[in-house]
Amino acid sequence: MANFYTDNPDLRHHLHHPMMEKIVELKERNYTDAEKYDYAPLNFEDAMDNYERVLEIVGELCGGIIAENAEGIDHEGPTVKNGRVTYASGTQANLEACRKAGLMGMAMPRRLGGLNFPITPYIMAADIVSRADAAFENLWGLQDCAETLYEFGDEDQKQRYIPRVCQGETMSMDLTEPDAGSDLQRVMLKATKKEDGSWVLNGVKRFITNGDSDIHLVLARSEEGTTDGRGLSMFVYDKRNGGVNVRRIENKMGIKGSPTCELTYKNAPCELVGDTRMGLIKYVMALMNGARLGIAAQAVGISEIAYREALAYAKDRKQFGKAIIEMMPVSEILSIMKAKLDASRCLLYETARYVDMYKLYEDIAKERQLELSERQEMKADKKIADALTPLVKGMGSEFANQNAYDCIQIHGGSGFMKDYACERVYRDARITSIYEGTTQLQVVAAIRHCLSGTYKSIIESYAAQEVKPELQAVKETLARMAELYLAAVANVSEIKNQEYTDFMARRLVEMAAYTIMGYLMMLDANRNDSFMRSLHVWMNYAQAEVEKHADFIARVKPDQLEYYKA
Amino acid sequence: MSFNIIVLAKQVPDTRNVGKDAMKEDGTINRAALPAIFNPEDLNALEQALRIKDANPGSTVTVLTMGLPRAAEIVREAMYRGADAGIVLTDRPFGGADTLATSYSLAQAVKKFGNYDLILGGRQAIDGDTAQVGPQIAEKLGIPQITYAEEIVDLNPKDIAVKRRLEHGVETVKAPLPCVVTVNGTAADCRPRNAMRVMKYKYAASPSEKAALPAERQKLLEERPYLNINEWNAAFVEADPAQIGLPGSPTKVKTVVNVVFTAKENLRLENNDEQLENLIKDLIANHTIG
Repeated sequence: MANFYTDNPDLRHHLHHPMMEKIVELKERNYTDAEKYDYAPLNFEDAMDNYERVLEIVGELCGGIIAENAEGIDHEGPTVKNGRVTYASGTQANLEACRKAGLMGMAMPRRLGGLNFPITPYIMAADIVSRADAAFENLWGLQDCAETLYEFGDEDQKQRYIPRVCQGETMSMDLTEPDAGSDLQRVMLKATKKEDGSWVLNGVKRFITNGDSDIHLVLARSEEGTTDGRGLSMFVYDKRNGGVNVRRIENKMGIKGSPTCELTYKNAPCELVGDTRMGLIKYVMALMNGARLGIAAQAVGISEIAYREALAYAKDRKQFGKAIIEMMPVSEILSIMKAKLDASRCLLYETARYVDMYKLYEDIAKERQLELSERQEMKADKKIADALTPLVKGMGSEFANQNAYDCIQIHGGSGFMKDYACERVYRDARITSIYEGTTQLQVVAAIRHCLSGTYKSIIESYAAQEVKPELQAVKETLARMAELYLAAVANVSEIKNQEYTDFMARRLVEMAAYTIMGYLMMLDANRNDSFMRSLHVWMNYAQAEVEKHADFIARVKPDQLEYYKA
Repeated sequence: MSFNIIVLAKQVPDTRNVGKDAMKEDGTINRAALPAIFNPEDLNALEQALRIKDANPGSTVTVLTMGLPRAAEIVREAMYRGADAGIVLTDRPFGGADTLATSYSLAQAVKKFGNYDLILGGRQAIDGDTAQVGPQIAEKLGIPQITYAEEIVDLNPKDIAVKRRLEHGVETVKAPLPCVVTVNGTAADCRPRNAMRVMKYKYAASPSEKAALPAERQKLLEERPYLNINEWNAAFVEADPAQIGLPGSPTKVKTVVNVVFTAKENLRLENNDEQLENLIKDLIANHTIG
């Protein structure tokens, strides 16, 4: 049976990034937990060894039962009866295996029953799970919600809820409603404070992933009479208390194993998390940033399986007397698939590392006052993480879709049949560029960083790093791409027309992404020759894309916008 | 109520992935070419033991294995999945044992272990496929045995009820404790390694492994007693030298032949009685059948 961690040496490469030493040192507070917990690492090497061993368990489960169950789950799907959801039998088996393997509270601290893993190896596990079954990643990945509870809940809430998540109870984040999808400020679910000070929820939520979970985080309107985001608070609802029922589950195109629920709340008792009015503007924003990284990981996992399915088929399928992989048009598609996979994966782990860094400082700040230099670093790291998250979610999910499309193309007529995994992969990929903020919303989040210069400074920091002589030419090309990007940003900014900026935003963001991914791939190739081939394929592709956008931006001026209006 | 359970396990070459270099010129197994794994049905037995432990807090699961010192690897593997402790029965004189000598040696170790309620093991090991060791241990200990177990349906301090998977159906039998139960591959799969347990037990080592470790790892073993895997030799289990290893093994391998199956000529028969009859006569004549 395949092990989805050990059969993919790229993962190990990304795990062993030079920044990990600092991340692990912060996460482990100089390895002081080893005195209290028998499974805490003794030092950096020990911690990295732990991550590898646990990722091997993830890889084994994924290469075994989770991948094997994926097709059955896709056919069977979950069902709803009397307001309660029953998972597909394969989903139940997967969850049970993950619970027994102790993979349910990976990033939570030890004192709450977690493994105390940094985000980076946790995200790697999500990448691996998604390769096996993107639908199952949704359920498994909702352990992310515990992170929000950990960050904003009070100590009593942490003690009561987080150990349950670590033991394998599932979570959901109940945000969207029929009239509040991308625009969460419109949330209407009503939170009412009773005379005894406790809260109840009434109303409807829609499109809630794993809506019949054990522990829900709920966004609701606590301030009567308000209509915007400042009237919303976050609550935690415990299924054991009752009051929330599943009215129906959606019949979806993909990720069919993951129940998407419509929920009704009838005087459902709940607890306030943190402060009122901070629900959307602070907590959900943090939750969504974490979730976006999770979806980016899901997208990368889907790109991986799409590439592997396509590669295997191309080697196996013979036409005109030879395997189709030997034909240039086919091998070109495969090369570009691999380059997109590699590019999105290196951006995924770069983002995860910066998320790790700033969140670690935030967590340490709960224990002691940070030094000035630490505060500065936290601020800088958070800025980078906030800038990279929409890039990797947006680009990663678009690449996952492109790879799934190409995977079917390589399968030819067979790919259009229901007989191969590629058709499921194609359907599963589709949602990644929609939920947790569409690609268009990722552009909205990212364009700020184009205009404010965050991406520029990120690019400059990469450009300042030395690389070996054979990469000098690549580095020079990247410098030219960066120039084109900065010139395009300047062109758009100068015009000072909001509509025009909105129109060009996607192009500017993509130019930044292509350039940043190019630098990251160059730095990967600098550490590891096995990325060299993919780097060159990427550079040819990315340079052409950047030039195309630069040309478009130079040519198309605001007077053209009229043609694009509805 | 709690139970002290011994799980018999064997480290075996992975015969499910046999390549062309799996056998040496002389017909013996080329162990270097085959990865050493936890005998699959012993994992089924371990799962049954762990389920008992889950349902009866305070129970202990100890893995007992005979083999080379490196068999400590499967003790660690069992610890990752939930076993509490392990014993590697290893000594040069144990080498070359057939099932009789093996069961004697293991029975001696079980006696040394003492206070046990239940012995679980796989039905058979994939390297020998004899299915004899478990039953022989029961005989030597003078306790009942239940073979082909698929599920333990009841367990109480007095007796155990087990569903057996037989060729033509299932039967449920009961036996007083202590007893030996050998578990079928059709029983529940073993649970996966547990992340926390892997991190906790990864430095577990036997005395012979410990000797080769750097000082800080040795120190860790002294500070954390649960990391020490027991290693017992023939003298420790008070084994009679005449009954162990080669001297204790009446089974002698005469020859081992490397059989290579090759496709022979095809024979095409018409659909009539005469040709069929001739074929059967030929097959009887060349001793293929009859």
